[in-house]
Amino acid sequence: MLTFPRWKYFAILLVLILSTLYALPNAYPLDPSVQVTAARAGGVAIDKALRDRVAAELTKAHITADSVAIESKDNLLVRLPDPNVQTRAADMLRPLLGGDYVVALSLAPTAPKWLDWFGAKPMPRGLDLQGGVHFAMEVDQKAAIDKRMDAFQEDIRATFREKRILYSSVSRTGPATIGITLKEGADNDKAQNELRRMFPTYQVGGEATRLAITVPDAGLRQLATEAIEQNLTTLRNRVNNLGVAEPVIQRQGTDRVVIQLPGLQDTAEAKRQIGATATLEFRAVVGDEAQAAAALADNRVPPDARIYYDQFHRPLLLSKRLLVSGDQLVNAVPGIDAQRGVPNVSITLDSTGGQRMLDHTIDNVGNRLGIVYVERIPETKIVDGKEVHSSRIDERVISSSTIQGVFGKDFQTTGLSREEAQSLAKQLKAGALAAPMSFVEERVVGPSLGAENVKRGTTAVLYSFLFALGFFLLYYRMFGLITCLSLLLNLLMVIAVMSLPFIGATMSLPGFAGLALTVGMSVDANVLINERIREELRAGMPPQAAIATGYDRASGTIFDSNMTALLAGLALLLFGTGPLKGFALTMIIGILTSVFTAVTVSRAMATLVYGGRRKPKSIAI
Amino acid sequence: MKIFPLTLLPNDANINFMRLRWASITLAALLMFGAIGAMAFKGFNYALDFTGGALVEVRTDQPVDIDDIRKDLGKQGYDSAQVQTYGSGNELLVRLQPREGESSTQATTHAKEAVTRALTTAGATNPHILRSEFVGPQIGRELARNGAYALAFVVIGFLFYIAFRFQRKFALAAIIATLHDVVVVAGWFAITGHEFDLTVLAGVLSVMGYSINDTIVVFDRVRENFRGMRASPYEVLNKSVNQTLSRTVITSFVAFLTVLALYIYGGGSLRGMAESQIIGIIVGTLSSIFVACPLLLWFGVTKQDLLPKAQDEAALARRP
Repeated sequence: MLTFPRWKYFAILLVLILSTLYALPNAYPLDPSVQVTAARAGGVAIDKALRDRVAAELTKAHITADSVAIESKDNLLVRLPDPNVQTRAADMLRPLLGGDYVVALSLAPTAPKWLDWFGAKPMPRGLDLQGGVHFAMEVDQKAAIDKRMDAFQEDIRATFREKRILYSSVSRTGPATIGITLKEGADNDKAQNELRRMFPTYQVGGEATRLAITVPDAGLRQLATEAIEQNLTTLRNRVNNLGVAEPVIQRQGTDRVVIQLPGLQDTAEAKRQIGATATLEFRAVVGDEAQAAAALADNRVPPDARIYYDQFHRPLLLSKRLLVSGDQLVNAVPGIDAQRGVPNVSITLDSTGGQRMLDHTIDNVGNRLGIVYVERIPETKIVDGKEVHSSRIDERVISSSTIQGVFGKDFQTTGLSREEAQSLAKQLKAGALAAPMSFVEERVVGPSLGAENVKRGTTAVLYSFLFALGFFLLYYRMFGLITCLSLLLNLLMVIAVMSLPFIGATMSLPGFAGLALTVGMSVDANVLINERIREELRAGMPPQAAIATGYDRASGTIFDSNMTALLAGLALLLFGTGPLKGFALTMIIGILTSVFTAVTVSRAMATLVYGGRRKPKSIAI
Repeated sequence: MKIFPLTLLPNDANINFMRLRWASITLAALLMFGAIGAMAFKGFNYALDFTGGALVEVRTDQPVDIDDIRKDLGKQGYDSAQVQTYGSGNELLVRLQPREGESSTQATTHAKEAVTRALTTAGATNPHILRSEFVGPQIGRELARNGAYALAFVVIGFLFYIAFRFQRKFALAAIIATLHDVVVVAGWFAITGHEFDLTVLAGVLSVMGYSINDTIVVFDRVRENFRGMRASPYEVLNKSVNQTLSRTVITSFVAFLTVLALYIYGGGSLRGMAESQIIGIIVGTLSSIFVACPLLLWFGVTKQDLLPKAQDEAALARRP
């Protein structure tokens, strides 16, 4: 009557073993450590020579490391006794090793190697548990689209010139439209076909001398998405320069990027690096300084040019046509000009940029080339009690030297101070942002607070378990013990599932709350069963039958009540942000595992104790 | 022979809950309107997550006078700075709105500097920043919207699920009872003025899961008894509530204990969440007994509502 299939016992045993295995890595403490990796893939070798050098430097600085070893490929790990020494070691190593290496603070797991063979890893900890910086940045979508629309106009002008389609103007006539006025006698059909070839998914229309291209909503969304994707790449490069062991850079929603930098504390420097919006623009110089001053004086700037200023605020006329922009830059290295001894930046362009530069310099040897340094400085103003984000653009001509010869994708530029050259090279190398971004959220958690949070979280979960277990042992005796064991297995299973790498869960403070709440919610299934058994016993059923009926009858209720609780958890997971997702995930996993432990595992235990041929007269419940 | 050593409630509980239905429903309605009134007129003490602004948490060696800090921050251009103390009075939480014309990039740096300066002026030694935050106003709007979506998702999900597994009247009664709990918990935060942050929102939403769970267990028994008992709906409902009473009390008691542990040991960041759950568990337990079942009776639930056969006959009748 009270029986349980043997294979299910084995299944439970297997679950127990697997859960223990995958939950185990979390039990080992994390070592404060300094991680050294190559700044660029394949740049410098992480080898024994480096290990010895680092070890020697540490000894010289009187820092005793627990170990200095290459623990995985391309990753030198210095394990240190405490966080203070960790910071000191990193600060000491960073300038010594130079820009070819990334020296980052990290927390290294101490779990034994054999656990790694099973892919068992400790759950990554959220910033609230280990300290660090969280940024959310928002892309200025309007500016991103504006920038692309400007580029489209430029492309149209260039193509029309090339195909000899005579036009008198190409200009933006609406938020998503570009209007083109052709000259009398120009071939409208040819122009339309050309535009359709250039923009196959956009609407092209118009007659006689007027043409219009409209970007549909889907196209605008596409442009915005491309901008944020491009920014994501750029941000990854910039964050890599910061030296953080395991940064998280994620797109969130349509216009936001979340950056998490565990272990980092200096937000000012991080923001300067991440939020920098400096880029270079290369434009042909139109006329000389005298002409520029004259144009400014009688307010007659040529239609294809614009007034720019250099650092001494002297005006200069530059072409409106953008020759090469910052996003076509591949590399930039600061150095000293060999002939003149002034600081310079050696620039490498990508192939499109290089080709354009080559085309331009072939025709323009002896003419001047202007390099404009553009920096976008975000500003927040309060207008009528509302916060308004805007940005000021700081444009400065840093060089307007004569083109000495034909060049393509490699060349040098001078005219900057040493610091400027270095900072510019760094920013250029990291890439330009496709669209301006502003910080909309910043959270910094100190490492001591993180450690305290871990302690508080574990204490809270521990006590919530103790309270529940204590009550059950007193109240249900033998079945209380069974309930306690299945609750413990439940906890083990939740931690194990959350530690599985593909779940991608991060432990956070709300995650601890989720664990505690899982206990609170999952006891329900056990209580339902135990109360049902009591009820059947009161109704006069023999013990074994009462147990079996109790389990059977409670199952339906357990299913319904857990399904609805699951719905609530799902809503939180779908609509919650950041740490709330962790809370919801813990709750959902907890609900699912609790059904298994309460219905199957506790029944197995009850059958072990009371099943078999000997019929117990009474049961302790 | 006494086979059960410990019981929280007498095994043969037979309380006439349904007789109290008008009193209990009126009381619940009053509670709900009170809570809605508090939300409408007093509003929430929204945390940084929703309002936007800057926050700095500092620890110093000895307690400082918060009035001095507030005054000094006012002098530095932060007029409406909120200063709270924590722990033994040497942990401070300062909330402030960025000064006019400040970019988001500078907001926290300036806030941190201002707080440190104010603390030094007040004579605190070794001020040490534990945590700092800056949240733009657009984030709060989005959070509020997502919270509303989540609420709608849960309500619609529950309605469909219960209507499918039980019946429409059950779904309606359960949803009203659950919304009652959510409103009362939210109202509690409005009345007490306790800070309403993101974790409290999560707590309130998880209260929905808890409360519906409680109601479903009772309803499940109602369904079972309707099928097995020959009695009036009034008696069936009373019997069902009484039969599940000890389970309801025990589950809620244990859940209460676990959340209490969270409240006591979880520290400041989890206190709001634990508080919302403590209130939610109490109200949710009471509402499943005193609100959901009386509502069910009020909606005129009958045996026929739950008999699948009756529905089949209706379908048969419609056939030519």
